[in-house]
Amino acid sequence: MAREKTQARMPVEAERTKEKRVFVPRVDIFETKDGIVIAADMPGVDDKSIDVTLEKNILTIKGRVEAKPVEGHSLAYAEYDEGDYERLFTLTDEVDREKIEAKVKNGVLEVILPKAEPAKAKKIAIKAE
Amino acid sequence: MVWPSVVRYGRMVDPFDEIQRLQQEMNRLFSGFGPAVVYEFPPINAWVSEDDAVLTAELPGIDPEKLDISVAGDTLTLSGERAPASLGEGETYHRQERNFGKFARTLRLPFQVDPTKVEAKYEKGILRITLPRSEQDKPKKIAIKTN
Repeated sequence: MAREKTQARMPVEAERTKEKRVFVPRVDIFETKDGIVIAADMPGVDDKSIDVTLEKNILTIKGRVEAKPVEGHSLAYAEYDEGDYERLFTLTDEVDREKIEAKVKNGVLEVILPKAEPAKAKKIAIKAE
Repeated sequence: MVWPSVVRYGRMVDPFDEIQRLQQEMNRLFSGFGPAVVYEFPPINAWVSEDDAVLTAELPGIDPEKLDISVAGDTLTLSGERAPASLGEGETYHRQERNFGKFARTLRLPFQVDPTKVEAKYEKGILRITLPRSEQDKPKKIAIKTN
């Protein structure tokens, strides 16, 4: 039975005190042999407007988007709304906190959570007597 | 036990029937985690002025070389592919929420576009296409001669 390494039930849409909309970014979480990778779709953010913080067991991903209307034009048709992004994940002890990496490319944030050493399966050599 | 019946439209109607139906509708509305509305990918916003139109599309994580933007008359076609991260051996998904695959969208603009002057910029995962109105399509002021 595989335990859920990162869990977030029903991501909560956060509310700001100002009127700005906050979205829950869609993520893909997959596990490689070295760790867990979280890839989040956050169009409109770059490396300066993202905050990834780890406090106790909670990993928080926050992205700020400046919604700028196009000058001299009026919005004729809108299918999406612009706003900030926020999502929280609870990590387990199997993550090596010191080695967490995050990188951003083209609006996609990738957070790599390497597994802590004891969590990697160790093959035990069998000596013949 | 006899449930009290309500007379409605001149007929006897069981009120519990109605409550149950309402409950079923509410359940249907709130069930299902995730967006209830299926939208086309990518979502596009259109900003229009007298001289040109600016279209912004949310397209995170694509290779701009593989994106195809073509303009014909007053129609814009945007197509491409969003490749998923390929997983190696022994790698598994815990969650898969993002959408992938080929996409193609066609949009009709309110005016004819000059295809030689179309500009497209891809930044931070947002594609911005500027489509200037073609010269023939621009309204010309007609001077009124008075005698």
